[in-house]
Amino acid sequence: MTRNVSITLQNTEDARPIIEAIEADNPAAVVVQYPAMVKIDVPDRIVVKRDSVTERLGRDFDLQEIHLSLISLNGYIDEDDDEFVLSWR
Amino acid sequence: MAKKLGLKQKYQMMTRGLGWDTTYQSMDKVYPFDKFEGIKVHDWDAWEDPFRLTMDSYWKLQAEKERKLYAVIDSFAQNNGHLGISDPRYLNAVKLFIQGVSPLEYMAHRHFAHVARNIRGIGPAVAAQMQSLDELRHAQTQIHTISHYNKFFDGIHEWRHMHDRVWYLSVPKSFFDDAVTAGPFEFLTAISFSFEYLLTNLLFVPFMSGAAYNGDLATVTFGFSAQSDESRHMTLGLEVIKFLLEQDEANVPIIQRWLDKWFWRGYRLLTLVAMMMDYLLPKKIMSWQEAWEMYYEEAGGALFQDLARYGIKEPMSAAVARKEKNRLSSEAWAIFYQYTHAAAFHTWDIDEEHKAWLAEKYPETFDKLYRPRLDFWEKEAAAGRRFYNNALPQLCTVCQIPMGFTEPDDPTTICFRESEYKGEHYHFCSDGCKGIFDNEPEKYVQSWLPVHQIFQGNCGGASVEDVLKWYRMNLGADNLDFSGSPEDKFWSEWHRTASRAEAAE
Repeated sequence: MTRNVSITLQNTEDARPIIEAIEADNPAAVVVQYPAMVKIDVPDRIVVKRDSVTERLGRDFDLQEIHLSLISLNGYIDEDDDEFVLSWR
Repeated sequence: MAKKLGLKQKYQMMTRGLGWDTTYQSMDKVYPFDKFEGIKVHDWDAWEDPFRLTMDSYWKLQAEKERKLYAVIDSFAQNNGHLGISDPRYLNAVKLFIQGVSPLEYMAHRHFAHVARNIRGIGPAVAAQMQSLDELRHAQTQIHTISHYNKFFDGIHEWRHMHDRVWYLSVPKSFFDDAVTAGPFEFLTAISFSFEYLLTNLLFVPFMSGAAYNGDLATVTFGFSAQSDESRHMTLGLEVIKFLLEQDEANVPIIQRWLDKWFWRGYRLLTLVAMMMDYLLPKKIMSWQEAWEMYYEEAGGALFQDLARYGIKEPMSAAVARKEKNRLSSEAWAIFYQYTHAAAFHTWDIDEEHKAWLAEKYPETFDKLYRPRLDFWEKEAAAGRRFYNNALPQLCTVCQIPMGFTEPDDPTTICFRESEYKGEHYHFCSDGCKGIFDNEPEKYVQSWLPVHQIFQGNCGGASVEDVLKWYRMNLGADNLDFSGSPEDKFWSEWHRTASRAEAAE
């Protein structure tokens, strides 16, 4: 059975390239805007790719910078230098 | 040149490298608290912190969060940001927050420091240490932010004193006292998993988004700054549960009992949040029911499906919470409306537009069950008889909320449950609270119940006024209906002069 994983980010200038990268790398993403925040749901797995964010940001992005914009998440995390993944195993 | 360490290697070296086994004293003597609960851990190295955050990165990230937040707080104060909120009634949610929630952040700071010291696994010890520092940051930033409102609004001046005494604040206080008097693993299950993972989204996410929608720049900024740590805390909670379940099969029934208990304790505490969302926010983004469905039923549902492989079942009382979701906030509002003369925040009569919103969000319950009562109170108030209930309510021995909840299958009958222990009778609002008492009666017979304490003469005197003075409430300012309050007058006066100035231009 398919279950959603979810990530909620602040609706800020810092978070925008992350949100755009998630939308580009996760075609099934459903993005909902709320005051001050954006909630993104994807069936089974969400990936945030360092390279995709770097490309949009115009400078090297350290994936741990995601902590500055993160509000909430649902799913198991697996993080290394290049990818931040949320999934149900 | 040496190659830079990858995240996984760095985490390994800068976390695991910090732990050692003691030799002058036995490990059991150095860590005296992590066995008595019956939890069995065979291999602490199996602990995996998914965020792989090390102390050096932690300081860097937290410093950046603080710089951003304090720039906003400073600018907010300098520019009279309090004048930009949608409606002064909104501030009552913030009062409840500083009185009820911020002291819990400080308690969390203290107890995570205790857990960090007393758990022998270095992975969770480092995570608990970071969380302890986070929680101190949350308490401090909340106090700094809300201190600006204290210059202009009532009910914020004695929140710490009130937290230990006032009847409705004993609800959050007793919740946390219950958690910190448990062993370290129960505390982690209670706070990190049941509260942080399953339930705090409901406080910090839709409510803070609501703060943004109501023009409260300051609260939304500290709220989301705190919540950025919260994601890490949620992950710690999930990791704790999974780790303990995988370590030994004997841990499963212990964890299940804690989940059943702490889901219900946390859910009852969130009654206050349900009321904040549906009644205290003048501009609304989603109802309590919608938030419950999104953050508990959908997100929690997905998680419990996953935990089923360990033999874990959804908490026993989740079915009752599901039945209550379309009435919880209205039942809570009814309690606070009639006792607002004894509370350090205001309530008011609900206008037609707000009633229409409630009717739309709660089509099965609002018009039938709650609108008639609100209409009646409104008429009474208009006739100069604003209803205040002068009888002290019976409290539930466990959650300490006045007994205003209804039967799961009949929203027109108040739910009463009772247990007898050593010849004394104890009263409960629900099967959930009764079950918690029956499992550990020796603990809950010691509950400091505000109403009992008043009747025993321990709260400043025999009259309501004596008690409120003992609470350090400014009578006529902090309490009573919003209508006619000093802040109602201050706000209308400010808007009158502001529009006069505009007309003169």
